[in-house]
Amino acid sequence: MTALSQETVSATRTAAGIPFILKKAFLSALVALVLFSLMIGIRTEAGPDGQLTYWTRFGELASIVGIVFGGSILIELARQWIGPIGAEKLVPPAVHRGMSILGNYLAPALLIFTLLVPVIFYNQRYILDLAILVLTYVMLGWGLNVVVGLAGLLDLGYVAFYAVGAYSYALLATNFGWSFWICLPLAGILAAMWGVMLGFPVLRLRGDYLAIVTLAFGEIIRLVIINWQSLTGGPNGVTGIPRPTLFGIPLDNSDDGLAAKLGIEYSPTHRIVFLFYLILALALLTNWVTIRLRRLPIGRAWEALREDEVACRALGINTTTTKLTAFATGALFGGFAGAFFATRQGFISPESFTFQESALVLAIVVLGGMGSQLGVALAALAMIGGFELFRGLEIYRMLVFGWAMVLIMIWRPRGLIGHRAPTVYLKKAQAISSDLVKEGHG
Amino acid sequence: MRNELCTSLYAKASPVAAVSSLLLQQMKCSRAAGAQELSQELPLSGVKLRQRQPMDYFTQQLINGLVLGSIYGLIAIGYTMVYGIVGMINFAHGDIFMIGGFIALITFLILISIGVTAVPLILLVVLLVAMAITALYGWTVERIAYRPLRHSFRLAPMLSAIGMSFVLTNYSQVAQGARVKPIPPLITGGYTLHESADGFVIQLSNIQILVVITTIVLLLIFNRLVLRTRLGRDMRACEQDQTMAALLGVNVDRTISMTFVIGAALAAVAGLMYLLYYGQVDFNMGFVAGIKAFTAAVLGGIGSLPGAVLGGLAIGLIETFWSAYFSVEYKDVAAFSILIIVLIFMPTGLLGRPEVEKV
Repeated sequence: MTALSQETVSATRTAAGIPFILKKAFLSALVALVLFSLMIGIRTEAGPDGQLTYWTRFGELASIVGIVFGGSILIELARQWIGPIGAEKLVPPAVHRGMSILGNYLAPALLIFTLLVPVIFYNQRYILDLAILVLTYVMLGWGLNVVVGLAGLLDLGYVAFYAVGAYSYALLATNFGWSFWICLPLAGILAAMWGVMLGFPVLRLRGDYLAIVTLAFGEIIRLVIINWQSLTGGPNGVTGIPRPTLFGIPLDNSDDGLAAKLGIEYSPTHRIVFLFYLILALALLTNWVTIRLRRLPIGRAWEALREDEVACRALGINTTTTKLTAFATGALFGGFAGAFFATRQGFISPESFTFQESALVLAIVVLGGMGSQLGVALAALAMIGGFELFRGLEIYRMLVFGWAMVLIMIWRPRGLIGHRAPTVYLKKAQAISSDLVKEGHG
Repeated sequence: MRNELCTSLYAKASPVAAVSSLLLQQMKCSRAAGAQELSQELPLSGVKLRQRQPMDYFTQQLINGLVLGSIYGLIAIGYTMVYGIVGMINFAHGDIFMIGGFIALITFLILISIGVTAVPLILLVVLLVAMAITALYGWTVERIAYRPLRHSFRLAPMLSAIGMSFVLTNYSQVAQGARVKPIPPLITGGYTLHESADGFVIQLSNIQILVVITTIVLLLIFNRLVLRTRLGRDMRACEQDQTMAALLGVNVDRTISMTFVIGAALAAVAGLMYLLYYGQVDFNMGFVAGIKAFTAAVLGGIGSLPGAVLGGLAIGLIETFWSAYFSVEYKDVAAFSILIIVLIFMPTGLLGRPEVEKV
């Protein structure tokens, strides 16, 4: 086995001389030239009178083709020096072990730091807002993690449940004046009910069909919100959503406000800090429930389902119920996050619930390593923080984001940061890792 | 009067799109009634005419629906072939269609500016260039994003395809700008099939005829290719069992690449037809068209080429009639609901074979 692989390696080394590299790079550059010739070499734009004009950009075209040529040479050289680029090469086992030891301390350390964020950055409103945003995505990521990471169901319409939660709270609060603390569970339950309603008929579909149906469902919810103007306000959204209260005590400047009751000077930051701890509590609730569920039979069944559905059925696990609970649990947390989003913004519109949002949450889960709680949290931090850092390069955002998804799938399909193996498995040496085989093979 | 109506309707329908649409409304409103877009102006004029001439109105909608359905069918062929062979939803296929439209637009612009005026020549050159370059896009996407994942776990190609779809959308936004790109109508004229006493005319424009005939011809050619040629036999062999096909001397990688190339070339034709029919392209058009075409592929039965076109026609007709008789706002909801209903009750589609789950 090893001898064979060494032989092939040496064989490729001898074949891969400099002419080979140059030929490959030349071909790549030629392909790039044809691909980009019209799309980048020529720029079209509609003039003021609707007439289309164009101008040439051969400089950009040449530089991009040059970059492809150089990049191709570099990649080929790297491939010869390092060998095939794989997960093992990218992160050596020693580092991996170190990481896992560090991981034991990292999670508590991060939690303590998060708890202290409002204290440390009390006067920096921008950082607090950003932290709230990151925590919202952490919560969404953890919610979706139940569906994608644990149960292995690809849900491309997760944002639908987020929207249901947000609109439930917004409409209940603005129409009936119900308080946040009554609406929050209601929003979660409504979202979970939608999850069950959608899940019941479609969950017997296989992987990709399920993905496309959830995507269609997400779009249907968004289109209905846009068009059902009498209820949802259509594209204008819902405004004047009440702010949350501390169990009935408003966080404002009035005489019944929290500041007045405590006898301290009022500051708008109080509300931000309150929101921060609120979303932190919600996110931690999600995390806690997920960890507890993972140890129950239902959690074990989710993980088994992710690994092999046919085997699950053979063992007598009711796959429909199992999938349905995963779907409903994920939707429940999505609904909570949506209610929080609505109360934080004070204004919601359908624009916040596009497919891109679903894909972003999905990318957080994928990047974090499906099933790994810490990984998802770190991925949310990296992703949302990264978007903030490169705010000036907004138009390239989705380009980088898309490439990141493709490259992660190629190099580390089970996640860049973490990877959670099933909680229980037979301690038997496997011939080949399950990462490397198609489902049902090996 | 008509122009005013259009303006107000655009502004009401979507404030975001209104700015870019305003540029176009002049051109659109002056287009022939037969080639008008299935947008906001159609059902309104229909409301009052429908009461008087239900049959004529129906026939006109039938024509419009068949044309729209042909475009969906052309895109759906790409989905159905790829899903049949590799078993993955090529999520980026809708964006390949969009790229095809853009390349057709740019080629068209260049030909006009160097002084080519013969319409058949322009069409031929644009068709060939768009097919060739878009096919290369399809090949590249497969080579970069899907081939390394051939033996990965089952969600990996899907996620990679979603990433690729974002890359392509954003790439054309960065490269060509976010605004809608209109072209003046290239193929004008048509036939008046029937004119009723109160002035409602059923029109069949030349471009509509062109779209439908192109679809039928391409379907016949490619169906023959799959059934009669060496490449088609390799494709069907890979569809049944890739390992066995490889053992019997079929070059599996090459066959799969060719599938993507053919799918992309057909998507380019669809892009060109879309450009000619609607007179515009924009970077965002691939997403919704892609989902609808996928719906068509599922409806027709995954793996079947005539099924894809049949499904495309069905989706196009349903969407058009829904817009004409119920509400134009909910036409996408109708299409997506059909996707869900078909998958639940008829997962094998109209012409598909039942899928056997193997361990």
